[in-house]
Amino acid sequence: MSATGIGAPVRRKEDFRFITGQGQYTDDVTRPGETRAVFVRSPHAHAKIKSIDVAAAKAMPGVIDVLTGAQLATDKIGNLICGWMIHSKDGTPMKMSAHPALAATKVNCVGDAVAVVIAESVALGKDAAEAVVVDYEVLPAVVDPAKAQASGAPQIHADIADNTIYQWHLGEKKDVDAAFAAAKHVTKLDIINNRLVPNAMEPRAALADYDAGTDNLTLWNTSQNPHVARLVISAFVGMAPEHKLRVIAPDVGGGFGSKIFIYPEEVVCLWASRKVKRPVKWTSDRSEAFLTDAHGRDHVTHAELALDANGKILALRAKTIANLGAYMSTFSSSVPTYLYATLLSGQYNIPSIYCEVDAVYTNTAPVDAYRGAGRPEATFVVERLVEVAAREMQIDPADLRRRNFITAFPHQTPVIMAYDGGDYNASLKKAMDMADVKGFPKRKRDAARNGKLRGLGYSTYIEACGIAPSQAVGSLGAGVGLWESAEVRVNPTGSVEVLTGSHAHGQGHETTFAQLVSERLGIPIENVSIVHGDTDKVQFGMGTYGSRSGAVGMSAIVKALDKIEIKAKKVAAFMMEAAEGDIEFKDGKFTVAGTDKSAAFGDVALNAYIAHKFTGAELEPGLKETSFYDPTNFTFPAGCHICEIEIDTETGKTEIINWTAVDDFGTIINPMIVEGQVHGGIAQGVGQALMEGAYYDAAGQLVTGSMMDYSMPRAHDFPSFHVGMTETKSPSNPLGMKGCGEAGAIASPAAVINAITDAIGTEAIAMPATANAVWTALQKLQAPKAA
Amino acid sequence: MAAVSMTVNGKAVTGDVEPRTLLVQFLRENLRLTGTHVGCDTSQCGACIIHLDGIAAKACTTLALQCEGSSITTIEGLAEPGGALHPMQEAFREHHGLQCGYCTPGMIMSALDIVRRNGNDLDEHLIRDQLDGNICRCTGYHNIVKAIESGAKNMAAK
Repeated sequence: MSATGIGAPVRRKEDFRFITGQGQYTDDVTRPGETRAVFVRSPHAHAKIKSIDVAAAKAMPGVIDVLTGAQLATDKIGNLICGWMIHSKDGTPMKMSAHPALAATKVNCVGDAVAVVIAESVALGKDAAEAVVVDYEVLPAVVDPAKAQASGAPQIHADIADNTIYQWHLGEKKDVDAAFAAAKHVTKLDIINNRLVPNAMEPRAALADYDAGTDNLTLWNTSQNPHVARLVISAFVGMAPEHKLRVIAPDVGGGFGSKIFIYPEEVVCLWASRKVKRPVKWTSDRSEAFLTDAHGRDHVTHAELALDANGKILALRAKTIANLGAYMSTFSSSVPTYLYATLLSGQYNIPSIYCEVDAVYTNTAPVDAYRGAGRPEATFVVERLVEVAAREMQIDPADLRRRNFITAFPHQTPVIMAYDGGDYNASLKKAMDMADVKGFPKRKRDAARNGKLRGLGYSTYIEACGIAPSQAVGSLGAGVGLWESAEVRVNPTGSVEVLTGSHAHGQGHETTFAQLVSERLGIPIENVSIVHGDTDKVQFGMGTYGSRSGAVGMSAIVKALDKIEIKAKKVAAFMMEAAEGDIEFKDGKFTVAGTDKSAAFGDVALNAYIAHKFTGAELEPGLKETSFYDPTNFTFPAGCHICEIEIDTETGKTEIINWTAVDDFGTIINPMIVEGQVHGGIAQGVGQALMEGAYYDAAGQLVTGSMMDYSMPRAHDFPSFHVGMTETKSPSNPLGMKGCGEAGAIASPAAVINAITDAIGTEAIAMPATANAVWTALQKLQAPKAA
Repeated sequence: MAAVSMTVNGKAVTGDVEPRTLLVQFLRENLRLTGTHVGCDTSQCGACIIHLDGIAAKACTTLALQCEGSSITTIEGLAEPGGALHPMQEAFREHHGLQCGYCTPGMIMSALDIVRRNGNDLDEHLIRDQLDGNICRCTGYHNIVKAIESGAKNMAAK
């Protein structure tokens, strides 16, 4: 391993600009003559718009224009769409409502934008937004997904009965019912997977600039996938043809899924810029972010596990109601279906599984992918069922897991996925050793002497990453292919630019991708730059989510590098007057087999461009290659997280004492970065388990609408984490990578709740397990004794 | 509009601002010092932390006019004029104390204030406790804590 190659903890190339305050996030970009957009948003969760009067606002100082949904419709700006078709079990297609970027006739959640003020400054725009008079007829709202389908529930979209988007299922119900009928033991759980607000630290922003001279539009925005944004805004919204629209996602301050989606604000900024013929910028404030960023999770589930007398799992069934909010966000339909039910086999050999999912509209913000996207929800169902089954059957929870682990690969689950490799016993064993599980009983006794309840919880998770083979996802309803592209440009001086369709918003691609190139071409890492996030530069790309940038994005780079090597060998053969088949390439040097002739990589690059050693008929000049890589399977990262906690019985407060994570991500390019991804994922999962939750009141007001009300995890909520790895290479991509971005968030909620229930000796506790929730549970458990 | 003058990163600056202009707006929009960020508007996240007369302050809840005559240091003012990084900046890079980078300027400015208050020998518990006013969504804080501990030590060695 070289100091900068694959496997080295190379310090990040991108850090210098961030630690010196020179990052360029969307709000940092300015254009001459820039105006600011301020949105007028609905204060009601559900209301008809009777009229909008913008006259007073238009007359305010510094106001350039005030635009409404009626004008948007007149200008034939199309609706936002959901790009993944799901069919109900009766074969009917999902019911997607209209989603205009500005509501013209009806609002369906608090924060729905009804008008936009274009002003010389944010402050003047806010003044004017206050002066826009909207006459609403307020309607009753429904916010609870479990109540959305009830007869008499408020009807959100007139043409969509029972607020039901689809009623989907997966698996063989008959087989599952038979297995349950024959089971010795059945474990049942009711689970609410709490609604979360992603809260990337950089709020969303958009800057649109219309060039009347060329009729071109440029959009800077906080996107995880600028090409997909361009495609949707062009093909569906109809803003401009693709070749007249440039989307640039510069430095992006975190995404976690919430910046995948195409949002109303970027559409409105583009439209407004063309109307006022000046650049238009919008930067969300945090209050707007809480109301309008797509939220995550929000499932209501009943799940059951059937086991035989020896704790062997026979079948699993689940019924889930998924809240998708007021409108269907870009990929929302896929999250509670193909990204959820397909993972319900966990790490276990489960002969039959059946899952039903109803997706519903409510008067809340749209819900879509958030770190893990469906897989945390699946893991929580499986790992809670297994834990509770172990408790009920008085089997050690690690032992029950071992009895059911899949040990032979490939393994076809009953829910589509074909696991291609892994070693679940290895990660469990390593995690148990690292966490000193043997010493736990003594630690529990010691804690009890201090009046504390200690608990230990496992989560042996699996996820499907490296999203995804295009044909496979196409057959499941995806509107796009999920390949990735790369272009490798070798310059005449031997330095290299890689243009990738992946997008980094914290993951460190500028470093890890360069490590691959440095190792493969034998050139210093400083001579490599990674270009991403600009549709005018990068040929096309599907962006970054679903832990796909290593397994798919880097595979595309490998394929392009393969082509570079082939072409460079041809150039080297002409240079050294040798047969192409005799050229060997190693450590940045081309040699002729059996001779002492050699040429450095940089010399070959120069010769490719000066083209003095070959004719155009013999070889094309230049050294630049492109690849579009489509994976052959998902990848299946898996591992074991063990959480050890202590509960203060006086306050109910849970303290995480020790966290052990052992993950199998396949090949690791940069262990420092991978561990960082694990740390961050754990923190988000612990946040979900212990403190985070988005709550709407019955009228549809978001009562957790700021960081003073929504509990964001802070440094003192965690200990340092213990992170270890096991490695089985993915057989499904050239580097053997699996993906690491979401694992922590997928594994950790179940580990925390399993630890708490272990400590207090109960089957269930809801997330977030706040001090109040745990204290209340403790009082209930103690009540019979007191009586 | 009102005139305001202050020293920012050692340079005297003046501006003509609406009285309601926040310090963070003045820094970002008037002076184009965009390293100071806005993350929450409620004084929770600390992405906007700068040093006001040597003490950490949240620039999103400070009016520019309140800073008349003050001396402000922002993230852009930490490295030496020749380009050498401050030991705390270096420590964040060395320990992978940042991912998306958005909270980082505030974290570094806050870290320096922790050192100012507590000296160079910091334990993990203290660092975690005193980072209460800074939120990071990427790192799980693990490497930020390590960076601050190491950066503080290196500041003493310098």
